[in-house]
Amino acid sequence: MNAIAALSPYASVLGKSNIERHTLSVLVDNEPGVLARVVGLFSGRGYNIESLTVAEVAHGEHLSRITIVTTGTPEVIEQISHQLERIVPIHKVTDLSMQDRVIERELAMIKVHGTGEHRSEALRLSEAFRAKVIDATIESFIFELTGSSAKIDDFVELMRPIGLVEVSRTGVAAITRGAKGM
Amino acid sequence: MSKQMTGAEMIVEALKDQGVDTVFGYPGGAVLPIYDALFQQNAVGHVLVRHEQGAAHAAEGYARSTGKVGVLLVTSGPGATNAITGLTDALLDSIPLVCLTGQVPTHLIGSDAFQECDTVGITRHCTKHNYLVRSIEDLPRILHEAFYVARSGRPGPVVVDLPKDVQFASGLYQGPLNIQHKTYQPRLKGDAERIREAVAMMAKAKRPVIYSGGGVINSGPQASKLLRDLVALTGFPITSTLMGLGAYPASGDNWLGMLGMHGTYEANHTMHDCDLMIAVGARFDDRITGRLDAFSPGSKKIHIDIDPSSINKNVKVDLAIVGDCAHVLEDMIGVWRAEGCKADEAALGAWWKQIDHWRARKSLAYRASKTTIKPQYAVQRLYELTKDRDTYITTEVGQHQMWAAQHYHFEEPNRWMTSGGLGTMGYGLPAAIGTQMAHPKSLVIDIAGEASILMNMQEMSTAVQYRLPVKIFILNNEYMGMVRQWQELLHGGRYSESYSAALPDFVKLAEAYGGKGIRCSDPADLDRAILEMIDYPGPVIFDCVVSKEENCFPMIPSGKAHNEMILAELSDDAGVEIGSIIDEKGKMLV
Ligand SMILES: Cc1cc2nc3c(=O)[nH]c(=O)nc-3n(C[C@H](O)[C@H](O)[C@H](O)COP(=O)(O)OP(=O)(O)OC[C@H]3O[C@@H](n4cnc5c(N)ncnc54)[C@H](O)[C@@H]3O)c2cc1C
Ligand SMILES: Cc1ncc(C[n+]2csc(CCOP(=O)(O)OP(=O)(O)O)c2C)c(N)n1
Ligand SMILES: [Mg+2]
Repeated sequence: MNAIAALSPYASVLGKSNIERHTLSVLVDNEPGVLARVVGLFSGRGYNIESLTVAEVAHGEHLSRITIVTTGTPEVIEQISHQLERIVPIHKVTDLSMQDRVIERELAMIKVHGTGEHRSEALRLSEAFRAKVIDATIESFIFELTGSSAKIDDFVELMRPIGLVEVSRTGVAAITRGAKGM
Repeated sequence: MSKQMTGAEMIVEALKDQGVDTVFGYPGGAVLPIYDALFQQNAVGHVLVRHEQGAAHAAEGYARSTGKVGVLLVTSGPGATNAITGLTDALLDSIPLVCLTGQVPTHLIGSDAFQECDTVGITRHCTKHNYLVRSIEDLPRILHEAFYVARSGRPGPVVVDLPKDVQFASGLYQGPLNIQHKTYQPRLKGDAERIREAVAMMAKAKRPVIYSGGGVINSGPQASKLLRDLVALTGFPITSTLMGLGAYPASGDNWLGMLGMHGTYEANHTMHDCDLMIAVGARFDDRITGRLDAFSPGSKKIHIDIDPSSINKNVKVDLAIVGDCAHVLEDMIGVWRAEGCKADEAALGAWWKQIDHWRARKSLAYRASKTTIKPQYAVQRLYELTKDRDTYITTEVGQHQMWAAQHYHFEEPNRWMTSGGLGTMGYGLPAAIGTQMAHPKSLVIDIAGEASILMNMQEMSTAVQYRLPVKIFILNNEYMGMVRQWQELLHGGRYSESYSAALPDFVKLAEAYGGKGIRCSDPADLDRAILEMIDYPGPVIFDCVVSKEENCFPMIPSGKAHNEMILAELSDDAGVEIGSIIDEKGKMLV
């Protein structure tokens, strides 16, 4: 399959294995269907979405900000940005990973079941990760944790043997450091 | 310019304000108010097609031959879904269309109402943009925006879905003047620094080639003129894609013919061996590049395109200039002149000598016959007998399309309407109808295949109704010839389902529709028959019976490089197994 993928006109022959992870910030006019356009572009052209978050950021102007974490070769990532720019209601696409200073955060709520030693171990670990307890019963906790996706991954892995029940994550929100906007 | 009126009246008013004189359409329950508004005025004409796919292709033919936005009007549900192929065709070939679709009333949307379909959902992937108009207040803005989006930047089809209650509602109409788009403002002027750099690269080039495409046609007649100026100024050789034919005249000294899969030997070798390639409004399609890692390996590449996503999509280029062809070409010429640039005459002389050597292979040659009409010969005679007239050519899809591209020579832009990107059989007849509507006095010919023409044959009835004297010139080889050729090359000559085993009598068919039918199978009689077709003042189906198993050469087999073309001589050699030329990987490609 690989040989064929490389020959396909769409897969650039130049970058075969250098897959990178990028965070794109997309400012859109919040009109009906705009999210479907963005998601449809990714599925239609075979791009990956690792996470996607969206919310209105300026009510008066009907502006929403979509943050997409995607993977691909540098050529594919460049294509993704340009393909997004073709969508008529999109104001601006910024590849935050090309910026030198970005902050990425994700919020997760993690439900853990356990009693006795397991229960106190979960609590100790949550303190080490600075997770907040937002719900508790005598046999469970729900932790709220904010941080990089990797930090959340780590915490979830630690909870798994203790009694992980379920996780709900927001996906990545991202912004550049400093005074300038996108 | 603001006036109280119904939604349906606004639609007609907006069409007038946008300079639309012709709409191609088909009525139904969800668009009856619009048809009623059309009925009560004369400024906007309507052409009743026989299938909504025909309306879309007719609007494409109208648009491509005039440079204006083509408009179609269809009902909800099946009306909209029938138009999908035409919308997709327009998207791939960058043709500006506005497609007005009826929709069930807003309060019924989502209830699986009669003839409801999710038109904006279905067409999201096959339009440049689409709108569902939810209230009368939004209608005027959306209508004018739709035209703006369709024609600006890289053109494309735009759907406006119109619920029936919005057509009946009444509100304040606004003209197009003060509508400024919030987000969509494509860049027209190229970066001055990059243009200077491009000119410097051109002045240094030893083996340059200009590779122009449909973007030059999209940009308008001025771009074609500037392209000609640039070629004259530099003396560079020029080739073009299927979509760009006519931007540079085929009679021009620097013309190499079309490039790509069925392009000429000289065009493809020039592309392969050049040291500088200047791509102007062309998108490095796979029909052009052949094997990507062997595509013009030794060259620097400059790419001028209005759509940043076309750049570095398939082929990595060294210098990208985002902008409109006409604007960028004008600036390039300006810089070339201002800086007193001169092409490297000595190097260019040697390069032309090499090119002439490739030209001498006469790659479009074929074996003539005294007994059967060769399809290439038919196109050549058609060309000779129509070239001094005001002629427009459309095509269907297949071998005949490629022979038309190779043997019909275009001197002007907007004279050649063909389905390149999607390759839609059934495109040619409706496109000819749209073209003829725009140019009532001109000679419009659809060069067709006997299989393709049957896909939208019903539009003959439209031609008869509106007295459109379109000529359907069928190269009848009784095969889906292009499919048969690939089966010969790739599948051991097992002609699975590619023989047209039951064909109508095209002469009788023409007569049944109320047109004229002509059949010709004798090369000696061909000129007379073609003249008879041209002279007939109404629509004609010309059944040109041609040799059945002719292959279209030259050809770059899939998965091969430009300098690995198959030429007609080679393929005629007894003992050469064409099937073995394409390897397993090549077979996977289309
Ligand atoms: C059976 C068959 C065989 C074919 N064989 C061949 C073949 O041998 N050779 C061949 O050439 N084609 C062939 N084609 C056609 C091929 O599939 C493509 O449609 C064609 O090559 C694309 O042409 P293009 O690159 O000019 O791009 P187009 O599709 O015309 O795209 C135009 C490009 O210009 C840009 N553009 C648009 N407007 C502007 C503007 N104002 N300013 C600047 N840029 C602009 C667009 O962004 C786009 O990148 C074949 C098709 C079929 C059906
Ligand atoms: C709608 C559609 N279906 C199928 C195809 C695949 N296809 C490409 S060429 C071709 C055969 C065309 O036959 P004909 O019109 O007789 O032209 P010829 O090649 O014989 O000149 C087919 C089936 C297509 N391009 N479009
Ligand atoms: Mg045929």
